[in-house]
Amino acid sequence: MIDTENLTKKFGDLTAVDNLTLHVNDGEVFGFLGPNGAGKTTTVRMLCCLISKTSGSARIGGYDIGNKADSLKIRKIIGLVPDNVGLSEQLTAYDNLDFYGKIYDCTEAHRKENIQRFLEMLGLWDKRNVLAATFSKGMKQKLAIARALIHDPQVLFMDEPTANLDPEAAKTVRDFILQLKKEKKTIFLNTHNLDEAQRICDRVAIMNTSLRAVGTPQELERSVSGKKTVIGLDQQVNDAVLAALKKLALKNLSIDGDTITFDVEDPDKENSPAVGAIVLAGGHVRSINVVGSTLEDTYLKLVRK
Amino acid sequence: MRLSEAWIVASRDFKIFRRVKNVWSSIIIFPVVISVLFPVILEYLAVRGSHGLAAPGVLPNLLNSFSFFLVIGAAYVPLGIASYSIVGEKVEKSLEPLLATPLTDGEILLGKAISAVIPTLVAMYAAAAVFMVGIDGVTFHTLGYYYFPNWNIATLLLVLMPVAIVMSVLFSVIVSSRVNDARSASSFGVFILFPLLGIYLASETSIITLDVNSLLIISGILLAVDVALFYVSTATFRREEILTKWK
Repeated sequence: MIDTENLTKKFGDLTAVDNLTLHVNDGEVFGFLGPNGAGKTTTVRMLCCLISKTSGSARIGGYDIGNKADSLKIRKIIGLVPDNVGLSEQLTAYDNLDFYGKIYDCTEAHRKENIQRFLEMLGLWDKRNVLAATFSKGMKQKLAIARALIHDPQVLFMDEPTANLDPEAAKTVRDFILQLKKEKKTIFLNTHNLDEAQRICDRVAIMNTSLRAVGTPQELERSVSGKKTVIGLDQQVNDAVLAALKKLALKNLSIDGDTITFDVEDPDKENSPAVGAIVLAGGHVRSINVVGSTLEDTYLKLVRK
Repeated sequence: MRLSEAWIVASRDFKIFRRVKNVWSSIIIFPVVISVLFPVILEYLAVRGSHGLAAPGVLPNLLNSFSFFLVIGAAYVPLGIASYSIVGEKVEKSLEPLLATPLTDGEILLGKAISAVIPTLVAMYAAAAVFMVGIDGVTFHTLGYYYFPNWNIATLLLVLMPVAIVMSVLFSVIVSSRVNDARSASSFGVFILFPLLGIYLASETSIITLDVNSLLIISGILLAVDVALFYVSTATFRREEILTKWK
């Protein structure tokens, strides 16, 4: 459904997106992960034909984003939920959606049906005649999602849809995305919420100007070799224990209250000296756990590359 | 470019304007002031006819100059509307989702222009009707005939006024791209009125006579300005410019 090849965007001397090549399947929820300034929004804007590419190519539903005639066709088959919801605040929820339905040449019956369907699904039907200006952030976000879906697009681009929402509103939005996933809607989800990506996305890409990795969340977790040892003590880690551990030159040693964490390649060989050092320094070990790498580890490692 | 799509944008803007006090008050106040104020001034001058200002020989020039205020009003009214229409979208950040639809930049711009031009034309034509009736009522006894309607006012209303409105709207588009609140946009937009005020003062001081020929020449000049502003505003109102360069 979405194909890019060496897609690049430069603003003067600054390269925002560098040689991005990726493929998003039909009906897939694709997470696009990266820190602020990684080029996620710029990528979405290029794919939605809002800004031009500097080089490379991209196709949405077979249409070329670089072709003027195709760009109009692309805009007909996509829906966009931008990072700023951008509602017409002086219009009611119903009028906001009705306006967009008209732009997409939806018939009146189709508009009415979709407006009611999406507002009911998102719990806003009772507020349909209320001005958008009076809505909470979460309600506005839901309305922006309904707006992007009003013409039944084949591809939905969502730019940080749960950013700045309270946990309850974020959950509603996530649940709705999961519902769209069941309907086999292709969703391109920009986010830096790793937990969200892990729960919702079929595959994720990690981006920091250039593409760092693509795969299922599980594949990416496995792609980072190494494990972590987490040792819990009965009391706060004191200076003597810390000094003893530092002598062992453990990798990525971190202390958080009564918890000690460090990277290990062979836990059987490396944990024993660490535990011995702690005990000799007067520490009382409560627990020892060896954990595999997480999507967060992969993300942090790849974006810092 | 599809007019039907531009009309959808304009219709949405009309709905919004109804709820924004600053916009509808600007559509009403200035036309009401012009249509009522000038007949009242003339009534005052007629009472003091000994000053000579309301003498039959002087009145036609004075009335033509007063009529020109309808053009100044027509250029003033859309400043508030067009500025709100575009800056309002900037403030609400509602241009990005709009630009992601199949509308072309030209259709959006045309929709914005229609939403500013139509209320202005309606308001100013209504004001002109009241103005003409009021002036005729006040001057009939002095002149012995109804001064309006005449070719002068017809040229002014049907040729010069639309050209002046378009000039004001296009200038507002350019200004709106550089500021972040509607009040600043309409304040900067007032600069477009200066040449028109200059023409009015020149007519009041008898440097020029605002007859049909003069009005057509002024219309031609403003039309040329419109063409220039059209190119600048369409270059300004491009989606990439809006998303990456607008303040």
